[in-house]
Amino acid sequence: MQDNLQSSSYKELEQKSKYTNMFLRWFLYFVLILFASYFIFPLYVMVVTSLKTMEEIRQGTLLTWPSSLNFDSWLVAWGGRGYGAGDTFLRPYFWNSIKMVVPAVFFSTFIGAMTGYVLTKWRFKGDQWVFLFLLFGCFIPFQAILLPMARTLGTLGISNSVVGLVLVHTVYGIPFTTLFFRNYYISVPTELVKAARIDGAGFFKIFFKILLPISAPIIVVTVIWQFTQIWNDFLFGSTFSFGEAAPIQVALNNMVLSSTSVKEYNVDMASAIIAGIPTLIVYVLAGKYFIRGLTSGAVKG
Amino acid sequence: MKTLKIEELSKNFGTTEVLRKINLEIDEGNFLVLLGPSGCGKSTLLNIIAGLETINEGNVFIDDYNVSKVEPKDRNIAMVFQSYALYPSMNVAENMVFGLKQAKTSKEKIQQQLEKVSKFLQVDALLERKPSQLSGGQRQRVAIGRALVREPRIFLFDEPLSNLDAKLRVEMRREIKKLHQQLKTTVVYVTHDQTEAMSLGTKIAIMNHGVIQQNDTPENIYNKPSNTFVADFIGSPSMNLIKGKLKENANNISFSADGTNIDIPISSYKFENTSQLNGKEVFFGIRPEHIHFKSSNEYDFEVNLKADLSEYIGHEQIITFNYSNQELLAKFPSTIKIELNKETKLYFDLTQVSLFDTNSKERI
Repeated sequence: MQDNLQSSSYKELEQKSKYTNMFLRWFLYFVLILFASYFIFPLYVMVVTSLKTMEEIRQGTLLTWPSSLNFDSWLVAWGGRGYGAGDTFLRPYFWNSIKMVVPAVFFSTFIGAMTGYVLTKWRFKGDQWVFLFLLFGCFIPFQAILLPMARTLGTLGISNSVVGLVLVHTVYGIPFTTLFFRNYYISVPTELVKAARIDGAGFFKIFFKILLPISAPIIVVTVIWQFTQIWNDFLFGSTFSFGEAAPIQVALNNMVLSSTSVKEYNVDMASAIIAGIPTLIVYVLAGKYFIRGLTSGAVKG
Repeated sequence: MKTLKIEELSKNFGTTEVLRKINLEIDEGNFLVLLGPSGCGKSTLLNIIAGLETINEGNVFIDDYNVSKVEPKDRNIAMVFQSYALYPSMNVAENMVFGLKQAKTSKEKIQQQLEKVSKFLQVDALLERKPSQLSGGQRQRVAIGRALVREPRIFLFDEPLSNLDAKLRVEMRREIKKLHQQLKTTVVYVTHDQTEAMSLGTKIAIMNHGVIQQNDTPENIYNKPSNTFVADFIGSPSMNLIKGKLKENANNISFSADGTNIDIPISSYKFENTSQLNGKEVFFGIRPEHIHFKSSNEYDFEVNLKADLSEYIGHEQIITFNYSNQELLAKFPSTIKIELNKETKLYFDLTQVSLFDTNSKERI
């Protein structure tokens, strides 16, 4: 009797928890879809608008689907209309940005890796202070250093040049990259370095042969971070460069805000997408490596 | 010639004194174990021998040559670490020959050494694997192999077994012992595990608070601990230390614990210094395994004690008795039946007793 009673009430409970689970699951999906659409909505508007003609934009609403796939505005955004003065288009500035972002990401990542390596594996007196000052560099508002930096670039003779921007971005990237690498290397057993020292490897050999080969995950994180920061930077770009040396974000701003003619929303949207594509590519390509977690179980059992 | 000699060595990190006036010597082929609780400075001492830490005072000699300022790679030593410290990006073979490559050894010699050592340690089938693909025991073996290929003067082991599970640890312990028997190399081995120390070492240096408490053979460490720290640290459960006084009359010396007038005759005890023994406050040290249920020799001293607590651990049992309000632990085979809260007749083996001064904590 007792057993029967219990088993029936268990069944009831099972049924109940099944319904609860189902409800929660659907609720979860609902919330996720809601948030996802909230995020995807602006992108949808941008893509759709960039494919419309000005005629369509004036007549339709934000959400209407374009009548045909029309990439004209993309071509205009990238290569211009072909007439001389006053025609701003993205191509040259895109290459400016590439020329700025590649060396800046490389140097800041490399120097950050070195600094992180020294701060964790070659401790010296006062190293915490060095690290503290570097951290300070993460928190300092960049507006505060615009003037002194302009002076410095002027003195060095590299103001209004891509080289100057590379320097600025490298210098202000180092605090972040150092932080990343320091926090990564601190979890790498110092015994590895000791073993290598006994084996006769020196400072650089240990870094290049032993630490760098296991740093893939943090390198990817740092590259993503630095690339996004530098590519999307507007403040330094607009302050320290103008005209032909400007990076793409500054050019985008100039294009969209030029008040000489009619606002071409389709070209503006296409330009904005073009300016955003490289960061997307970096995320898609490198994100995969990031997730893999290349050192899993390599150091300790 | 001493293979390794450490002279008046002191080390501090900032204001913390880690090692104080350490003196140590090892002869060729000996296995020295540095044993002590965590934070006693044993790993620091090993790192100093390896050259990975600087010295504040004193000197380290290898083969009578002062190496205090010599780089680790030039000291002719090899080290095995607790976390194995295998280079994660290199395979087993690359790991093992990394040191030889750095030393610009010829390719033939490297290949020859690699083959010899990997066969010897039975890792020759694993040479292509990455450390992450190895089991704990295999990693340990590769780490030892990496040390072996360099044919160093001194092997340094830094708690090499503490990352392994209990069963594997016993196996690897035997392998290290075998290795030492076959190769007859000089070893300095750091551990906090007394069983490891006892079974491996030809000499054990027990450390506490940066000072060597006793540096002796395993037998002497166990039988004649030089102070209460060593007595307490070695043995499981550790030595009973009963507080009391010495009484000396005529030619007889006896011990009586505080709060009792049972005199334990200890005339056969070999004092290191026989002056002023009467009335001296001492700890009477006797190991749990030297309290017997049956009398075994003529030096046994009979007592009647009440059992308070019984811990059964399979092959043996640990019984806690009350000896004039002080806890006294004894170890018996589990076949013996002892009833709690009842007087039991026991025998102290007086040949195995140690006495310590209560003030200086030193053996007397």
